[in-house]
Amino acid sequence: MSFSDHFPILVVLIPLLVAPLASLFTKGRTAWALALAATWSSFLVSCFLLKDVLANGTVRYYLGGWEPPWGIEYRVDVLGGFVLLIVTAIAALVLTFGRRSIKSEIPERRKSIFYAAFLLCFTGLAGMTITGDAFNVFVFLEISSLSSYALISMGRDRRALNAAFQYLIMGSIGATFILIGIGFLYMMTGTLNMDDLAERLPAVSDTNTIRAGFAFLTVGFGLKLALFPLHLWLPNAYAYAPSAVSAFLAATATKVAIYSLLRFLLGIFGAGFALGAMPLDMILIALGLAAILSASLVAVFQKNVKRMLAYSSVAQIGYIALGIGLASQIGLSAAVLHLFNHAMMKGALFMALGAIAFRIGSSRIEDFAGLGKRMPFTMAAIAIAGLSLIGIPGTAGFVSKWFLVLGTLEQGLWPLAALILFGSFLALIYVGRILESAYFGTPKEGVEVREAPIEMLIPIWILVIANIYFGLHTDFSYGLAERAVMDLLPTAQTTVEVAQ
Amino acid sequence: MVVALVAIRKNDLFAVVMLFGIYSFLTAVLFMDLDAVDVAFTEAAVGAGISTVLMLSTLRLTKRYEAARRRNPILPLLVVGITGAALIYGLMDAPQFGDPMAPVHQHMAPRFIQDSPTEVGVPNMVTSVLASYRGYDTLGETTVIFTAGLAVLLLLGIREGQNTRPGRLAIGDTLVLRVVVKVLIAFIMLYALYVQFHGDYGAGGGFQAGVIFATAFVIYDLVFGEADVRRVMPPHWLGRLAAAGIFLYAGTGVVSMFLGAPFLDYNALAHDPVHGQHLGILLIELGVGTTVFAVILTIFYAFSGMRRPHQVS
Amino acid sequence: MYNYWLAVFLMMAGFYVVIAQGNLVKKIIGLGMFQTSVFILYISMGKVEGGSAPIVTEGVEAYSNPVPHVLMLTAIVVGVATTAVGLSLVVRINEAYGSVEEDDIQELDNELDTIQESGL
Repeated sequence: MSFSDHFPILVVLIPLLVAPLASLFTKGRTAWALALAATWSSFLVSCFLLKDVLANGTVRYYLGGWEPPWGIEYRVDVLGGFVLLIVTAIAALVLTFGRRSIKSEIPERRKSIFYAAFLLCFTGLAGMTITGDAFNVFVFLEISSLSSYALISMGRDRRALNAAFQYLIMGSIGATFILIGIGFLYMMTGTLNMDDLAERLPAVSDTNTIRAGFAFLTVGFGLKLALFPLHLWLPNAYAYAPSAVSAFLAATATKVAIYSLLRFLLGIFGAGFALGAMPLDMILIALGLAAILSASLVAVFQKNVKRMLAYSSVAQIGYIALGIGLASQIGLSAAVLHLFNHAMMKGALFMALGAIAFRIGSSRIEDFAGLGKRMPFTMAAIAIAGLSLIGIPGTAGFVSKWFLVLGTLEQGLWPLAALILFGSFLALIYVGRILESAYFGTPKEGVEVREAPIEMLIPIWILVIANIYFGLHTDFSYGLAERAVMDLLPTAQTTVEVAQ
Repeated sequence: MVVALVAIRKNDLFAVVMLFGIYSFLTAVLFMDLDAVDVAFTEAAVGAGISTVLMLSTLRLTKRYEAARRRNPILPLLVVGITGAALIYGLMDAPQFGDPMAPVHQHMAPRFIQDSPTEVGVPNMVTSVLASYRGYDTLGETTVIFTAGLAVLLLLGIREGQNTRPGRLAIGDTLVLRVVVKVLIAFIMLYALYVQFHGDYGAGGGFQAGVIFATAFVIYDLVFGEADVRRVMPPHWLGRLAAAGIFLYAGTGVVSMFLGAPFLDYNALAHDPVHGQHLGILLIELGVGTTVFAVILTIFYAFSGMRRPHQVS
Repeated sequence: MYNYWLAVFLMMAGFYVVIAQGNLVKKIIGLGMFQTSVFILYISMGKVEGGSAPIVTEGVEAYSNPVPHVLMLTAIVVGVATTAVGLSLVVRINEAYGSVEEDDIQELDNELDTIQESGL
């Protein structure tokens, strides 16, 4: 085997090996440098991997040399490669951004362990993304979850502890549900490999066991991805976690959970069963709408900007669920695209908030007064990413919402389209509140605030520019999303027609 | 079943924890009955052992009695009812219990049962599936344990206090007890090593051995006091050991990569595949054992370090 | 089938404790019970009537399925890891709030919110 054949395992293995190494150093700075090197090399490898997948189709890697279903395989298709690229890119950017932010928020003697936990969280998410084995998903899910509980609890506010505990309880229930679901599938098919499951399921899919397994998996992942009304753990977890952790988790963790759900629903059960035979499409549309409206409304009244954006995340997850629920090529592509765009927006926004917290030590909306003048670059970043969140033309957020609206109109669901627009209107209000305070509020007297350091601004602006770039050039992102969906539904057109 | 019910009703958390230990132990007995010796072994060591000890330590640090209930149980009951109904619904179509024709026993399992003794060369099929066919899951599992160790360190840290100074004993100075425990610990460690290296043939393996080995240290701690045990096994060494275990495990995989085979393909480790498998399994089990031992002792140190008054951070 | 029903019952009991109890330690214990019941479900799946433990022994024809055993070994480890992390969170919460009752903590948080809003 040549070096490039090992790429799938390397993406996960690099952070997995560097994490224990980083934990051994007493100096936080060394651990940071190691973690940074690890995430960037993972990112590079995942770029090559995606290129390979686009050129030659799905890449497979047999761990231990055992062919599936006996062994565990890594399996990267277009969607997997795409999500992997998002996860690795965000991890690398957040760590680049995070050195000083983390330094100001985490006690010195815990820093190297903090970086190790961060790397393990990343390992878990990357592992979940590219594995082709149902049980392996559970194992890596737990690696990422356990480390994220610890990471969240490191927030300075004591409420971070409670938030982490709530997340631990909800997350563990979710994981246990997933375990039960996998157990039911295994019970009826005798296999754990995803492709093998997909092949063997149709023969037994008309049984109670499979239907129950389906329900448990959906609820389990629903908990992990904070699908309304299972989202209650999310706002506090994101609001009280350290800034860098919020940025990383908000941009990746729920995305990977959505991806895993898609993998199970469409890759294993198949669209005909998941969205046709089971009433999940209607449920997803209803829950998605409820999420958009209620979470956006709650976000409007938040006083803490981090909490506001956390609620906004719940709403954005609603858009993605809605897209999946449409069960059409265009709806699913819009969902995948929004997954990508939302990672960029929220990554930029939470990092910018981190930069502000680093300078003024607060994320309360009235403390933002006057920041438009004092931290012009950071606030401009928030403004642009915020416009993207609303879905203003010219930004990435517009593109995915546009396709989402097209998807609803295609099926004649124009009230849905109207409600999506109303959701954007609510986003306009809460983003507007931040900008109003920053640009028109009167700053407090006698407090000197400087612009964020350049090492923080660069990663933020990379994402901001990406937001604009992908708002104007849709070929790469939408093309990729479309191909990913085609890949997931080899017979997309026919099965989806059956589904309707 | 009854144990579980009583456990829900009780307000005395100490009793609840004890009942949980009994419950775990009964579960382990049930696993024995279902032929899952390895799982039974682990459940007994972990559920009835480690978890119970951790819960007791937590109780010591918090409160023993639970506050009176003020909550409306309707919604939780509803949720639990729906979940239970879904489970029963799902199990109605499930294959009969013990049916050898069930799909579970048809697809993958025959190869593991028939071929693994010759392909991997290890009589214990659980070990060969665990360490070789699904060896990557086990690396993940070791990482989970390592993550837990890191998380506990992040949350609690290992605090130094007056108890860690030499000369203070946890249990009174009883000569007989000390002698007995010293002998006992030697046996426990010996047994742990046996479990570690005999996992290929009988029940056991790196995980169980690591737990038992850590238990020896915990007992030593209880009798001779923390200071002594920390001199034998200082906390900063544990971090290195935990990392070393992962390096050993993943390193074995990396070596196989350099030998031109996929990650964790032990066949490449020696000229004869079965020999390579043996070597690979030995190495990774050792890695698992090391990490598990180090992490469990770390967690124990962290919890016992919280027990004494300390400066507010 | 008796095993399956036992697993379902324990699952419901454990799950109830997790979501209905206000005491954080008890929640963790409930989580442990919930997870253990899933182990019973899997292991019951792997049992073969008349089979024996999956370790090669002379004169034995039928073995129980080793795969669920392997999966559950992993799950047990995950379970204890979760317990350890959860309990250390409980210890820290007790340190920060002086209580491990969910309702008390909720009240303290709400108070903090009101103070922040009215003052400062």
